[in-house]
Order: sequence, then structure tokens, then C-alpha cells
Amino acid sequence: MGDVLLKVTDLEIKAGATTIVDRVSFTLDKGRVLGLIGESGAGKSTIGLASLGHTREGLRITGGRAELNGRDILAPASAKARYLTSASVTYVAQSAAAAFNPAHRLIDQVIEATLGHKLMRRSEALARAKSLFGLLGLPDPAHFGDRYPHQASGGQLQRAMTAMALCSSPELIVFDEPTTALDVTTQIDVLAAIKHAIVKTGTAALYISHDLAVVAQVADEILVLRHGRMVERGPVERIFAAPVEVYTKHLVSLRRSEKLLTAGGGNVLLRVSGITAGYAKGVDVLNDVSFDVVRGETLAVVGESGSGKSTLARVITGLLPARSGTLQFEGKSLDPSLTRRDAPTHRNIQIVNQIPDLALNPRQTVEAILSRPLAFYFGLKGSALRAHVSTLLDQIELPSALADRYPAELSGGQKQRICIARALAADPGLIICDEPTSALDPLVADGILDLLMRLQKEAGTSYLFITHDLSIVRSIADSVVVMLGGKVVRSGGKTEVLAPPFDSYTEKLIASVPEMRPGWLDDALAGRGRPGTLER
Amino acid sequence: MLAAPKGGGLSLWAMLARRLALGLVLLWAVSLVIFAGTQILPGDVASAMLGQQATPAAVASIRQELGLEQPAAVRYVKWLGGAVTGDFGRSYSNRQDIAKSIAPRLKNTLLLAAMAAAIAIPLSIALGIACALTAGSWIDRTIGLVTLSAISLPEFFAGYLLIAYFSVMHLWLPSSATVSEGMSLGQRFVVMLLPCLTLVLAVVGHMMRMTRVALLNVMTSPYIETALLKGLPRSRIVWKHALPNAVSPIVNVVALNLAYLVVGVVVVEVIFVYPGMGQYLVDHVAKRDVPVVQATGLVFAAIYILLNIAADMISVIANPRLRHPR
Repeated sequence: MGDVLLKVTDLEIKAGATTIVDRVSFTLDKGRVLGLIGESGAGKSTIGLASLGHTREGLRITGGRAELNGRDILAPASAKARYLTSASVTYVAQSAAAAFNPAHRLIDQVIEATLGHKLMRRSEALARAKSLFGLLGLPDPAHFGDRYPHQASGGQLQRAMTAMALCSSPELIVFDEPTTALDVTTQIDVLAAIKHAIVKTGTAALYISHDLAVVAQVADEILVLRHGRMVERGPVERIFAAPVEVYTKHLVSLRRSEKLLTAGGGNVLLRVSGITAGYAKGVDVLNDVSFDVVRGETLAVVGESGSGKSTLARVITGLLPARSGTLQFEGKSLDPSLTRRDAPTHRNIQIVNQIPDLALNPRQTVEAILSRPLAFYFGLKGSALRAHVSTLLDQIELPSALADRYPAELSGGQKQRICIARALAADPGLIICDEPTSALDPLVADGILDLLMRLQKEAGTSYLFITHDLSIVRSIADSVVVMLGGKVVRSGGKTEVLAPPFDSYTEKLIASVPEMRPGWLDDALAGRGRPGTLER
Repeated sequence: MLAAPKGGGLSLWAMLARRLALGLVLLWAVSLVIFAGTQILPGDVASAMLGQQATPAAVASIRQELGLEQPAAVRYVKWLGGAVTGDFGRSYSNRQDIAKSIAPRLKNTLLLAAMAAAIAIPLSIALGIACALTAGSWIDRTIGLVTLSAISLPEFFAGYLLIAYFSVMHLWLPSSATVSEGMSLGQRFVVMLLPCLTLVLAVVGHMMRMTRVALLNVMTSPYIETALLKGLPRSRIVWKHALPNAVSPIVNVVALNLAYLVVGVVVVEVIFVYPGMGQYLVDHVAKRDVPVVQATGLVFAAIYILLNIAADMISVIANPRLRHPR
């Protein structure tokens, strides 16, 4: 064991009367990386920020200690204490896009703390920042910093924030879900850049994530958290090889079984032919897109952000009339514009959104939300209506007592189930699922996918499932469409699309999905034929 | 290194030209409203001028002399044509060239507004920052209460309170702000201090509250947390990281209040007998002197529109996304 850098003992943090962090203890040695893993609400970020001597508004440290090199960083929250801590501990936020000040150039923000602590002269700091930009694989390192935050992509900002964190040569960096908001293809590059930089500089790190597969690539040890309590701690290899606690076992064994292909031979429900579409005056976002959705089956639309997946959903629902091309539903031509479609057509195509919080009216109860389509499409009233709402809740495996609740009183997974029930209430032929699980914790997302598959078996509903996550595709899809830059680059049955020979884009997508084992990242990078080097 | 703005984004100059053109259209619309408004004003200038001697024959001859027997549309076109070339015609009541009479008064009004602004803007921004930094504390609440009370006092009342204290009880400052050509700048400032303070009281509250809210809004941003975690001193966080992002709402409210300072001084000028546009306007409304009312109205409208264009342009310039397109 090396020297202890950070020692947290019985840390307890409360928000009002609620305990957010419940007697958490751990130590971190110099130059080591500890992964904090857990679902949202597990207290990961709160612990991460406490390691910087910071607590967010509304939170109170009610017990325990945190020592950095033996110095208490929590007790006197004086300006001087915080100043000292900030020189040796830095932070990389989940959304660098929000964490950079839009009013200043990146370079000025990257070297600001280093200059503020008088660690280097300005010229030295500039040189160090530029060499870090290079180390992290940013384009044109000498001039990259002249950009404003809005002039860089999400992945670039995440790397620039890592450069900012490294600039003052800190002893410890807290990474708070640094790749969660990125596409899988971008994530692997940023992840590789971060790992490369921590190894090169020998900096210790706390790596926070809800994604065990990601943490396993970077961390030496893993601490599993749940509801603010420690579940299990151990070296990465041990956690994967021999998890002790039930919760950890669940996390580690989270591999979805592959969906068995439907018998086939079903008739075509939705035919999309030659669709070209774009927003006002802009370029075409979709370019000559064609595919079929077969009745009772799932078609997965895969691609990174900006590939036109969500625009496709808008075209099919009629929110965005296409410029050219046709849509056919059940053999009949579909009007391009939503406003000119009739009620049965509206009823037949329903949508489940990515973020359930935004898709549910916060001022309506669950019952009101589910009653609306039932009353609107089927004219149900009174006790028949209530009975049907209760059947729907039953179908999505929620207790009927939830009918009186408001969305704010539900968890993320429950809200997404309500969205599914609302789509189901219309008894549609097709449900468009636009990344329905990407905002959810892994175990919760798993439950939602199981539910969708069960409902398909029972009701024979077709899904058009939009996702950037290929690991989901295997377990839910019958056929797949791969999109890049608004064009279909590959399509067909799942087995053909996901089997070699691949085109380069599909191969990159497949290779970018983190696998649930340590060492995957190194293998994946090696597989690119350029071990250790970084994609620009 | 950076590319020129892509389609959809206008360059700053093009944007300014467009705003100015729109401002002109707006000003033309305002001229219509002013003209129409003065036509339906009750009272007749000829009767008002003649007073006791208003025999029908005398009234008719004055109406003819002033060109009032022509249809309204003709008079509007003549008036607008003159106004565009800077000729506002002659006053009905004293036959003087209105443009010449307005010039020194406009200067006086602008001077008073500038003096009030020079005090009020830094004061209210400083108070706003102080409040934002101490949000919820007794300092914040005291400043909020005092400035709110100040706006709630009508200006005529605040003006008379100031006169009662500074001029009647203590004889420190003159109650009348009559300035004349021969006065030195120093003398002018002393004389103008009370009307200036009255105006400051009227506008500080609004600007200070907006500054406070805009700053508090920005202070909850993730990038402020980043700055905090960098261990930066509080002053740097506020000046470097919060203020530049709060400029836009602050500039807008400042422009609105500047416009108010110029346009809304009418009452204050009358109270303190200050020879500015406001007093000029009020005097001539009483005399039914329509050309003067029209001219001052148009000048006020032009100032209002210009200040708002300036505010819009400053908020655009303050936004790095527009200054440095991708």
C-alpha cells in the first residue's frame, strides 16, 4: 500500500431530515483510481464534491471527517481551507458544456486556477495547458484554447475540462460521470483520453459513474453505493470475478438475453420510402431513408447523435412533414402532415419519449394522464374508464394506488412506465420509442425493456425503437437500421446487420459499446490497430 | 481563424442597419399617432389664444392664418415633410421657430438625465451586486425595502420632500433649478442636484432589483460552481464569471430607465422650474400649442427608440455566441 491521500471516515451528509450519505468511509492512496458506482440518488456526486470540501446548497455535513494528506478539509469551511483544497483537488463535471463559462475563452478558464494559486507564471501555464490539450487528443492543441465553449463539441469540452483539472498538477481529480452525456462512439475516445492522461500524470482520481462497465476500464478499485450507503468495496478484478453482495451481483451480471427472432412472414405495418426531410431553410437532416416495420416486430434505428434518428420519429408522427418520399401505414398512404391525419391514424401511432419528466404534465394525476386517450379515442366514461386505467397500471406492473399520484411523486422508472401506459391506452399498431431508457439507471432501464418485450408478446404491438446503444439492440430488435448523417448505411435482419462483414461505421459502433469486464477499453483500442493512440 | 457567420446569422453592422430601419418605421407610426392624438385634443388654439376677445370673426381669421382650415391629411404631410428636414414649424402662441427653441431645452434635459444616470446606474448596479452577494441577509432586505419605498413615492411627492428638507429646513440647496446661459458648469450642478436626486430615487429601485435577480440567476449556474471549486475569491467569481453573463438583462433595464429619465422628467422639471423639454411641453399643452406638443412628442419618441436599439445592440455584443460564431 502506498501513502494515503484521501481518508474519508463515517461521512454523513443530510438534506433537511433526509440522509443523502450515510456513514461512508474509504481511503484512496496516491496515484490510484477509485470508482464510485451506484444509481442516481446513491450519493455519489455528494461524496465527490465533499472530497473537494464543497457541499451544494441545502446539504449539511452532519458527521464524519474527510482528510487530505492528513488535513481536515471539511471542518472549518473557511475561505482559506477551501483555497488550500482547491489547489490540490480538482473536478470534472458531467456536463462540461454547462460547467464552462460561456463568456470566456477556454484557455483562460483552463489556466485560471493555476494562476489564481500562483503555481506558475502565465507563460508556463499556457504552455502546460497546450501540452495537456495535446495529451488529451484535442485538435490543433496550440490554438484550441482560443475557442469559446460554444465553438467546441461535447466530447471536446469534456477533454478540455479534464485538461483544466490537470493543469494545476493536482493530487486528486474527481470525475463526476464525465462520459455519461456523450455518444458511445465519443465516449470511448474521451474515456481513452482520460485514462491516458491519468496514467501519464500519475494523478489519483475518484471516478464517479452509474455505468459499471465504464468504471471498470479506468479504476483500480470499486466502491459500490446504494441509497447513500456502502454496499461493497474491492479491486476491480475481484468485484467482477467474485461479487459478494446481491446488489453488486445484479450489477455485474446485467447482461440481457438476446431476443429470439419472431417467426417472420408478418405483413408490413409501416413502409418508409425515400424520405428526405429537414428543418426550415436548413440542410436535409434525412436523406432518402427507406425501411419497413413489420407488424408485431421491433425495428431498431441506431446511430450517434446528429444522425437524424429523432427527426425520423418526427417525420413518421407527422410533426415534421417530409420534403419528399412517402409513408404507408397498413398499406394506405399516410398524409405527411399531422394536422391532416384523421383520429384513427393518430391513435395508431404513439410515441414514448426519452425524458419522461418532460413528457408528462406535472399538474395532472396519473389517472388524468391515462384517462385522456381512453376518453378521447374510445369515449370511455365513469366506472368503465376507471377500470381501464387500473388495467393499464396492472399491465405496466404498477399498483393501482398510484393513480392518484402526480408525476413529481414518482421515480424516473415509474414515470417512463406511465408514458408507456399512455401510449398503450390508445391501442396503437406502432409505438415509436425514442431512447426510452437512456435517461434511466441500468437496472431500471432493464425493467423497462423487459416490460416492452412482454407487452409486445401480449398485444402484438410493433416498435420503432430509436437508440444509440447497440447492446440494447441485440435484446429487443428483430431488424435494424443503422443511420449516419441522415442516411441509412446498413439495414436488414438483426443477425445479418450485427454480423461481419461490417462497414466501418457499424464496426465502430459495435466496438464502442463498453463491455462488462476490466480491460475492455485496452482491447477495443488495440482492435483499432493503433494501441494507445487516440481518435481525433 | 473563425469563419464568418453562417446563414441566418447577421453581421453586427447589418443587424444595426436593420434595427435602425425598423426604428424609422416605428417613428413614422408614432408620428401618425401623435398627429392624430393632437387633432382630437379638446379645445381650440384660436379661442385659447384670443381668450376674452374670441369673436367668431377673429377666430376665423386666426384659423386661416395658421392654416387650420386645410384638411388634416394635408396638414400631416406638410408637418411630416418639415419634421424630416428638421423644421418643426413655428409655435402658435409666440411665433418662434420651434426647432430653435427646442435645442437648448433638449440640451438641458439631456444634461439632467445624464447627471441622474451617472449617479443612478453605478449606484444601482453596486447595490444590486451587494444584494445578490448577501441575498436573504438584513443588508439585502434593507436595501430592497428602501429602494422599493423610493419607487413607490410619486416623483412630485419625493421632489417636494427633498425641497422641504434641503431647501426649507436647512437652506442647503436651492429649491428652484433655473439655469441660464451664463452659469458655470459647477453652479449648474449645484442647482440641478435636487431634481437629479429626485430622478435617481425614481429609477434606482428598478435597476437594482433587476441586477440582483439577473446575478442571482447566473450564480446558480454550473460554471459558477466550477469557479467556486477552483478556489477563486468571491470578488473574481462575481466580476469575471457572473456579471458578464448577466449583462443582457441588466442593459435592457438600464436602457428602459434611461429612456424614462429623458422622457419622464416632465413632472420633475415642472416642480423644480428647470428649463428643459418637459417644462416646455407642459407650458405649451396649456396653450393648446399643437406644433410644439407634436415636436416634443416626436423627439421623445426618437430618443426612446434609439436607447432601446442601443440596448439591443449591447446585449448582442455581450453574447459571445453572436460575437464569435462557430
